[in-house]
Amino acid sequence: MLKRLTAVACAALALGAAAGGAKADISGAGATFPAPVYAKWAEVYKAQSHVQLNYQAIGSGGGIKQIEAKTVDFGASDKPLKPDVLAANGLMQFPTVVGGVVPIMNLPGIKPGQVHLTGSVLADIYMGAIKKWNDPQIAALNRGVPLPNLPITVVHRSDGSGTSFLFTTYLSMKNPTWSSKVGGNDSVQWPTGLGGKGNDGVAAFVKQTLGSIGYVEYAYAKQNHMTYALMQNKQGAFVPPDANNFAAAASHGDWSKAPGFYLLLLDQPGPASWPITGATFILMHKQQANADTGASVLKFFDWAYKNGDAAAAALDYVTLPAPVKALVRKSWAADIKGPNGQPVYVSH
Amino acid sequence: MSVTHQAITDRPRPRGAAFDPIFKWICAAAATTLLAALTGIVVLLAVGGWPALSKFGFSFFTSTDWNPVTEVFGGEGPIVGTLVTSFMALLFSLPIAFGVAVFLVEFCPNVLRRPIGVAVELLAGVPSIVYGMWGLFVFAPFFAANVEVPVMSAAKPGSLLDQLTQGVPNGANILTASIVLAIMILPYMAAVLRELFLTVPVQLRESGYGMGSTSLEVITSITLPYVRRSAIGAVMLGLGRALGETMAVTFIIGNSHTLPKSFFDSGSTIASTIANEFNEATTPMYTSALIALGFVLFLISFAVLAIARALLGAEKTA
Repeated sequence: MLKRLTAVACAALALGAAAGGAKADISGAGATFPAPVYAKWAEVYKAQSHVQLNYQAIGSGGGIKQIEAKTVDFGASDKPLKPDVLAANGLMQFPTVVGGVVPIMNLPGIKPGQVHLTGSVLADIYMGAIKKWNDPQIAALNRGVPLPNLPITVVHRSDGSGTSFLFTTYLSMKNPTWSSKVGGNDSVQWPTGLGGKGNDGVAAFVKQTLGSIGYVEYAYAKQNHMTYALMQNKQGAFVPPDANNFAAAASHGDWSKAPGFYLLLLDQPGPASWPITGATFILMHKQQANADTGASVLKFFDWAYKNGDAAAAALDYVTLPAPVKALVRKSWAADIKGPNGQPVYVSH
Repeated sequence: MSVTHQAITDRPRPRGAAFDPIFKWICAAAATTLLAALTGIVVLLAVGGWPALSKFGFSFFTSTDWNPVTEVFGGEGPIVGTLVTSFMALLFSLPIAFGVAVFLVEFCPNVLRRPIGVAVELLAGVPSIVYGMWGLFVFAPFFAANVEVPVMSAAKPGSLLDQLTQGVPNGANILTASIVLAIMILPYMAAVLRELFLTVPVQLRESGYGMGSTSLEVITSITLPYVRRSAIGAVMLGLGRALGETMAVTFIIGNSHTLPKSFFDSGSTIASTIANEFNEATTPMYTSALIALGFVLFLISFAVLAIARALLGAEKTA
């Protein structure tokens, strides 16, 4: 009997210790796109601060639902919420890292970067209006490029995705027919083509299908050595997808005039800007029930802003320009309050 | 009467007898929990799907319009895709499962019986995501290069074969999805069929052989008639699994919400649609439409299982 009691006491102590430790942990859920960099940051941060980040990469929509239900300390979404939606749910959002969406192709005899495309032509391809690679509209953009007489197979994401949101929203901006018939969203009614699950699903179908075109996050295109297209940006220049050009697009985003940091980095001006660029966002409640929890979440992201750039760049993410980080810190102090009405965390 | 009663109560009760009623209640609670969970799921699916079902009415079953932007949802594509792939999978898998079972029961040397039996069971233990990855990265390219391209180039333009094989030759279509499904349900059906064949009394089979029947004759005129109804039940169980299979199909079916027009056309199933879209379905109507699809799948599975149960039950009482 005594033995049993001791065991129970030990178990209770262990539980108590675990609960005590868990207090300092922070939990988040949402977008899959930034999950690798959040995991990397969390790993380094834990070694320094002993605060554990539990991030569930369940998708942007899931992240929004979870933070609205207050089951996590922060949500993460590739699709920014509009200011009125934020206000209605008592949320605030801020950007963390920037990435790009890249059109990839499988064309015999064509090297990466050899094909030039415009947003409008890309939309016509995805509408099914342009059906062959040697179509005059594509040929006009690619004089001297041996475009094959192959039917175009369109590949898109089958799952709802922030990548699809950026891609379809960009097509809507550049092509009125796309805008009126399909629109921009996480998932849309695709006029043609087949759907692959996730970036790897799309990349696999493109690799396996001659004459196909798809779109993936930059890291996938780079790591899989896919044949990418040069895209025409707002200034009319054809630019390759790379970190510098995503950063160029991000530097033209005027965050100071974007209430609630609702800003799409699509089709930004500037000679080097990659047109299909977007930031990924963190969502938090403005009114924090527990000031300590709110503070430890913000402390983590402040640490990442200060120390996380190299780790992010190594994973092919683009980090935010310093002025944008300063704006975000100001917004933390102004918007995120504890139960006593005081800011939960002020960065120094 | 009262004397007997007294005698019973006076007898020393066995140790732990007091626990018996508690044990009974624990068992009853377990069973009730199961029923409550099932009822809960059905009610939840019905309630959650009601906004979509009531808004779109019958067109939810007859429209292929699945548009998350304008929030118009018709589930005909996934519903038909589910039925078509499941029945095709059954068609491919049944003869093989039958062959495996007959071989194990009638012809298999004793040395091989266990290894093959274990192999069948192991096949059932492979996680479905592994079938999906294998399907996407290995089977689909192989199928495209060695089946689709030759068949499509051999088909005369305008012929029936040409129409049945329209599509993009990349291995992502309802036919490859059905084949992967067939492999997945094969072990279940083979295992159940084998058990069924073993229930046939040895005397019956031996007397068949004694009368000079060939193995084929014993199978077709003794074994099969004996297990007929139960065998249909086994097939239904396989079908039930095919209906609900999610990840493997999601990877390889091509995920388009239109009605598949040929074997090499891409399609979608109810389970793959839910797996693809539920995470990112943020608007209430979108979520409701997906839950309504889940409800429809539940009804289809329920119907299949009910038929299987009825057939299995009929066998026992017969």
